[in-house]
Amino acid sequence: MKTIKFLIPALFSTLLFVSCSSDDDTPAPVNEEELITTLTVTLSDGGTPITLTYQDLDGDGPNNPEITVSGDLANNTVYNGSIVLLNESVSPAEDITEEVEEESDEHQFFYTIGNGLNATTAYTNFDTNGENLGTTFTLTTGDASAGTLTFTLRHEPTKPNTGLADAGGETDIETTFNVTIL
Amino acid sequence: MRVYALILLFLSGTTLLAQNCDYSLSGTVIDLHDGSPLIGATIIIANTEQAVQTNVEGKYKFNNLCNGTYNLQVSHPFCSTKGVTVKVNGHTVKILKLEHHLEELNQITLEGKAFEDKTKTMLSSVIKQDELERYSSGSLGDALNSLSGVSSLNTGNTVVKPLINGLHSSRVVVINNGVRMEDQEWGAEHAPNIDINAVGNLTLIKGASALQFSGDAMGGVIIAEAAKVPVKDSLYGKTLVTGASNGRGGALTSNLTKTYESGWYTTLQGTLKKFGDFEAPDYVLSNTGSFERNLSVQFGLNQIDRGFEAYYSLYKNEIGILSASHLGGAQDQVRAINSDVPLIINDFTYDIMPPKQDVTHHLARIKGYKTFENFGKLSLQYHFQQNQRFEYDIRRGDDAGKPSVDLQLNTHSFMADLDSKLSDESNLKAGLLYRYQENIANPETGVRRLIPDYKKYNAGVYLVLDYQLNDNWLLEAGGRFDYSFMDVYKYYRKSFWESRNYDELYPELVIEDLGTQVLTNPKPKFNNGSATFGASYTFGKDYSLFINYSYASRAPNPSELYSEGLHHSASRIELGDLSFTPEQGHKVALSFERSNNLFGFAISPFINTINNFIVIEPTGVEQTIRGNFQVWEYRQTDAQLLGVDINANIALAKNLSFLHQFSLVKGYDRENDEPLIEMPPVNTVNEIEYRNSKFHNLRLALQSEYVFSQNEYPNNNFEVFIPETQTTELVDISTPPDAYHLLHFNSNIDFDVNNKSTLTIGFQVTNLLNNSYRNYLNRMRYYADDLGRNFLLNLKINY
Repeated sequence: MKTIKFLIPALFSTLLFVSCSSDDDTPAPVNEEELITTLTVTLSDGGTPITLTYQDLDGDGPNNPEITVSGDLANNTVYNGSIVLLNESVSPAEDITEEVEEESDEHQFFYTIGNGLNATTAYTNFDTNGENLGTTFTLTTGDASAGTLTFTLRHEPTKPNTGLADAGGETDIETTFNVTIL
Repeated sequence: MRVYALILLFLSGTTLLAQNCDYSLSGTVIDLHDGSPLIGATIIIANTEQAVQTNVEGKYKFNNLCNGTYNLQVSHPFCSTKGVTVKVNGHTVKILKLEHHLEELNQITLEGKAFEDKTKTMLSSVIKQDELERYSSGSLGDALNSLSGVSSLNTGNTVVKPLINGLHSSRVVVINNGVRMEDQEWGAEHAPNIDINAVGNLTLIKGASALQFSGDAMGGVIIAEAAKVPVKDSLYGKTLVTGASNGRGGALTSNLTKTYESGWYTTLQGTLKKFGDFEAPDYVLSNTGSFERNLSVQFGLNQIDRGFEAYYSLYKNEIGILSASHLGGAQDQVRAINSDVPLIINDFTYDIMPPKQDVTHHLARIKGYKTFENFGKLSLQYHFQQNQRFEYDIRRGDDAGKPSVDLQLNTHSFMADLDSKLSDESNLKAGLLYRYQENIANPETGVRRLIPDYKKYNAGVYLVLDYQLNDNWLLEAGGRFDYSFMDVYKYYRKSFWESRNYDELYPELVIEDLGTQVLTNPKPKFNNGSATFGASYTFGKDYSLFINYSYASRAPNPSELYSEGLHHSASRIELGDLSFTPEQGHKVALSFERSNNLFGFAISPFINTINNFIVIEPTGVEQTIRGNFQVWEYRQTDAQLLGVDINANIALAKNLSFLHQFSLVKGYDRENDEPLIEMPPVNTVNEIEYRNSKFHNLRLALQSEYVFSQNEYPNNNFEVFIPETQTTELVDISTPPDAYHLLHFNSNIDFDVNNKSTLTIGFQVTNLLNNSYRNYLNRMRYYADDLGRNFLLNLKINY
């Protein structure tokens, strides 16, 4: 009985404790510095450049990315390609391409042509060891066809390599565009 | 103490006067801690030749005494001798109290018998110090793994999370020296932050029946206690060195204790562990090294009816995570799973690179107790814990070297506990708890918070009663109530907030709209009741039967409520749910035990039905710039777990015995009628042990461990399109690995160095046959084999 007499006031005193919460300091938002929201590939042959854009502003959030291809490619043409990576979740948008190029020996872009697209690619920029980097490249189109063009960025791949199959590393980007060669 | 008694004896000569001398002095000698009678205690009346011993009921009687004051010396083989002054006036009855030493250790426990009474109607398993020492270079989880019914959820071999009867993480409560560990235990890849070398005694209770500790331990309670300290003038300690071939590292641990007859004591303990990359039979497991540093210090006063203790411990562990497990999206998962060997194998190194974890846990506790006559023992405790967790990923640019997870969890608790003997047959335990916790998620990481900032207030009250009905039956009943309130600041991605319809369901939670993100302030409150009823029946010479029902209720943890985003170490997107309600579990456990050295056994079946059980399961695939990720969402369902644990020991010949363990657990989602994920497969351990106490305590043991393949599992596989091969591939994350069989050898031998010091040499080989295997409960099983053969040499010196 003594115990219970002791317990009841003690319990109430703890509940009183609970009811007094104070400060309103709200935590700061996190800016996702590493996030890549946007990949833009510009293909130019001297005329109006063709742009391929992949934009996913909410990162790994539920919204689907917006994928746009500005136009069709001409057949049997050599295009100079360049890739720009942006983080548009921060303002002003951050250029991630610079980071990739600074750490060129830890990165490599791969270009995969699929579904019967008649084209070839070649690297035009290289890392500090002379191995492929690929933020710029050339795309040489063949005869009229349609298919997919996939850009893959690997972080810390094995260099040199013969392609994605033996490159290893971790995938930072993998985006596929449907393109047509007229 | 003895000197004091003698002085009293000398001074006592003058008090006797000739009078009517046919009175008696009688009574009982009892143990101060629990009131049990002490048999064979000797009572001597000073300056006379009169001495008596207590009988089997602890009773004594002196006849033919005169009225007056007598000085008695009360002694018992396992107690400190005590001088008592008694006034005889007519026939006098006097109860004499002694502080009873624990016979096996010849020591007094600080807590008296309180720790032995964790639960009386549920079979608990205990790992003693000498067994724990064999795991000195391992972890708490490794030691617990040796018990039937316990497995572990591993991330590699250094992050070992105990899994009790199929449940883990927030459903298993770890009590470290009376303190509930608040070490971000919600994560499946977060191991308990306890130094195994600081533990003197490890107890496991497979259920929530230990209500004095918590009411939400659906799976069970693990209780780690420091070694007991004797009340005598002494200085002692031990040093243990372990070297291991696998990982090419080892552990050094040492402790020193100084005790005084007056009850003061102090202990200092420290551990250093360092391992490089571990190795599977065929390759190096790159980046799996670890570096652990621990320290603990305690001092206190341990007297018969009162005492206090101050305790501080620091645990710091840096753990490498297998390089090959660091993946981008599903296409990387396919490559990793389809490859027979890890995708990254480098030369052996001691360096630990990202991905890695770096965890620091501080624990400070102050506790005092006082025993009041006719009331009981009252203990008050305050403790503070700080858990700082860093997780490092492989990052790019300016962020390289910056942690991706930086969480600090601070917990303050105040507890008051009463242990009271209501009568000879019944005991009451009651107590209160008040806890304040804050989680601080550092925004500097540049990665969205995995766990939001929050403050949590918790109050609890419990009452446990036991009643010894007769010589055979003991009944136990208890109840507990916990109230918790959280004040959370969480940034949601606006797209997620809207896709979940939270903008319509919980518009009042939004306090700021930042365009792409919304700041919300949820304030959930949870009321959790829990209860236990049980009985134990002892009969024959060594049989007992335990029957226990426990009702547990657990509030959802922050991860289940607020997860929202990519969980990098699991390579999947995890989504929590704001609307979760507490889980409610009903566990019925039965144990039938025969405790006998020639042939003993324990059979413990159980059934655990959990309503609102929180599971995480895949619901789809999310397209991101990094490729596809599987989306796993938390969901509440009704679950049921059932199984049986069996232990047996048989003496085959003198010094030779056979030990057997078998555990089976099955878990089902009753709503969807499918098996639960991560249920331990059936396993059995059989051991032949040779022990010779006459020859240097030699012990040789050969152990066989057989783990079946898990045949019941949910199918969470999914398909992904691989552009480079233009194929659609199945990502098989569900199929459990094959069954495996491992052999382990274990031996130790003692040598007396001098009359105070003993040297124990231990030699162990684990995975003797160097078998390649993968463990269903290891999260690295997709990427690499488990550990190969390991030779361990232990040297222990007691001084």
